[in-house]
Amino acid sequence: MLTYTIRRLIFAVPTLLIIAAIIFFLLELAPGDPMANVPLTVPSEVKEQMRQALGLGEPAPIRFVLWLRQFFWIEPLNVVDALVGTSFAEGELRIISWQNRSPVFITIAERIPQTLWVVGTSYLVAIAIAIPIGIYSAYRQYSMFDQAGTFVTMIGFSVPPFFSGVLVILIFAVQLRWFPSIYDTTLVVNSWDAFVMQLKQMFLPVMVLALQITSQLSRFQRASVLDNLGQDYVRTARAVGLPEKRVILVHVLRNSLLPVVTVIALYVPAIFSGAIITEQIFKVNGIGQLLITALQANDLPMVQTLTFIFAVLIVVFNLLADLAYGILDPRIRYD
Amino acid sequence: MPEGDRSVLEVRDLNTVFRTRGGEVHAVNSVSFDVERGELLGVVGESGSGKSVTMMSLIGLLPMPPAEIRSGEVLLDGEDLLKVSPKRLREVRGGEVGFVFQDPMTSLNPVFPVGFQIAEPLRRHMGMTKAQARERSVELLELVGIPGARGRLDDYPHQFSGGMRQRVMIAIALACEPKLLIADEPTTALDVTIQAQILELVHDLRDRLGMSIVWITHDLGVIAQIADRVLVMYGGQVVEKAPVKPLFNDPRHPYTRALLKTIPSVTGARQPKLETIEGQPPILGAAPSACPFRDRCPLAFDRCHRENPAREVVAPRHDVACFHPSAHDPSKIGAEVAA
Repeated sequence: MLTYTIRRLIFAVPTLLIIAAIIFFLLELAPGDPMANVPLTVPSEVKEQMRQALGLGEPAPIRFVLWLRQFFWIEPLNVVDALVGTSFAEGELRIISWQNRSPVFITIAERIPQTLWVVGTSYLVAIAIAIPIGIYSAYRQYSMFDQAGTFVTMIGFSVPPFFSGVLVILIFAVQLRWFPSIYDTTLVVNSWDAFVMQLKQMFLPVMVLALQITSQLSRFQRASVLDNLGQDYVRTARAVGLPEKRVILVHVLRNSLLPVVTVIALYVPAIFSGAIITEQIFKVNGIGQLLITALQANDLPMVQTLTFIFAVLIVVFNLLADLAYGILDPRIRYD
Repeated sequence: MPEGDRSVLEVRDLNTVFRTRGGEVHAVNSVSFDVERGELLGVVGESGSGKSVTMMSLIGLLPMPPAEIRSGEVLLDGEDLLKVSPKRLREVRGGEVGFVFQDPMTSLNPVFPVGFQIAEPLRRHMGMTKAQARERSVELLELVGIPGARGRLDDYPHQFSGGMRQRVMIAIALACEPKLLIADEPTTALDVTIQAQILELVHDLRDRLGMSIVWITHDLGVIAQIADRVLVMYGGQVVEKAPVKPLFNDPRHPYTRALLKTIPSVTGARQPKLETIEGQPPILGAAPSACPFRDRCPLAFDRCHRENPAREVVAPRHDVACFHPSAHDPSKIGAEVAA
């Protein structure tokens, strides 16, 4: 397993380099100038100097290599400096946002908690709901519960968040006034009331995201359980006199989770990028919203860095999915 | 018939029906038989003759729906298993009746070690602790002839060969020392040498543990080797029942005779073609009102198309369901009277 992991990690390096290059050179084709919104009164020599200061004086391939160095070397050094108090990265140019002239990683670090709170919670909620629903739907296939579940998941599947988001705002925030429609990022959770407020403001975005994820996961879980219920080993488990609860929750569950765990792991990167619209609707200023505003403001270093982070997440969780499969399924050995 | 407390299992007039989209399928029709203590009862018949469905009906292993047991009695030591509570039925399964299935490759759960799977019935029915169950699992694996049993408890099913997996299945079925072991084509999926080993093992275990065994197969060679008595099934019915010797020497039902003829002979001139029984076994959409074998029977006459023959005793412990005179008096087709 260890050799397999190391081999996969080594293979990930060229993959990521190619992805980084594609993102970089595609963005290079995009129009835009970081000095576009500098007042016209500023002389063009000064503008040129400002461009140089942002590291734009070099040709694209060299800037690509420099960006790689910044991403993989300078930024981690900065993290070390911040944690340990050393000054390895002093005087090195970091990846600078064209919008606010500050290092992109500082902005990203500010935005990640909101995304993790909202998206992470919705993912956990979705898993916690989807797996039991999937199991029960499969166990009572074609029952009322299963039919209702199929109907709801079909809606969850097909209604996009920009619609369901506005709908729940209309119902729960405007009509019923139960929850706020806007996520207040400045809220500091330091008291019970603040915590309740935090839960309240998370409720709607979590609901919208969880509906979507639950719909997909519960279908996977249902299909997987159905697949396993017909297997001979289930008959064996019944033939030795095990109660249904144990047959389903021990024998069938363990087998049916194998493909679902893979789906869950593969879906993690998608929740960061997939939450962009939901974050926008509820004004959660997380990573997704950061990407949108960076795109609108032509902030190419920010877009480049965020997109590449998503790519890294996808590669890493692909590997984790494979490893999880290897751990859960004794038949799979990677060595 | 001289039965009663000599029998561990008595099945009376069992009827099992499957409700499908295309209508009902009557898979088991008025099946009655008994299993005596310590005996090995062979059950033969083609695929689709209702052998497995009959046995699975006994302890409620068929998925219901679509299956439905319409009527009958299944008396295990006098207790009707069709009437007991689900809880009691679970105690019987694995506790008093062990079941070995056909395909050892898929009958074990692939994600749990075999030791775990053997220990489950032990802990459930015998109330053993984890440690006790583990010790007993080692004994059981040794009993069924798995070398290095202790070291193999934590292995997963895929680390065993087909024959070894079937031994594990037998160990699971025997775990709680059942009164009755039902083996549903346990050697069909195995190659011939392994099959011989498993046969020998079961024969030996029967002698040592003194349990009754129902052995379902479509292999008459296996039956000749191990069975004490034989049940021949066709179209969801028992068409002939006899001790093994009379069955092979003096088969009465045309179907049994046809089956025996299909066995290729190793002596004499080689036949240009293997003997077969023409046609297909019937799929019964309703309870049979005529002999189910009539369309394939060389001896069928008009009565066979009107009535379903009942089983009649033709010799000691030998009964047959056929109207044709030769079934009752073999001299009519020139065979010797045996038994």
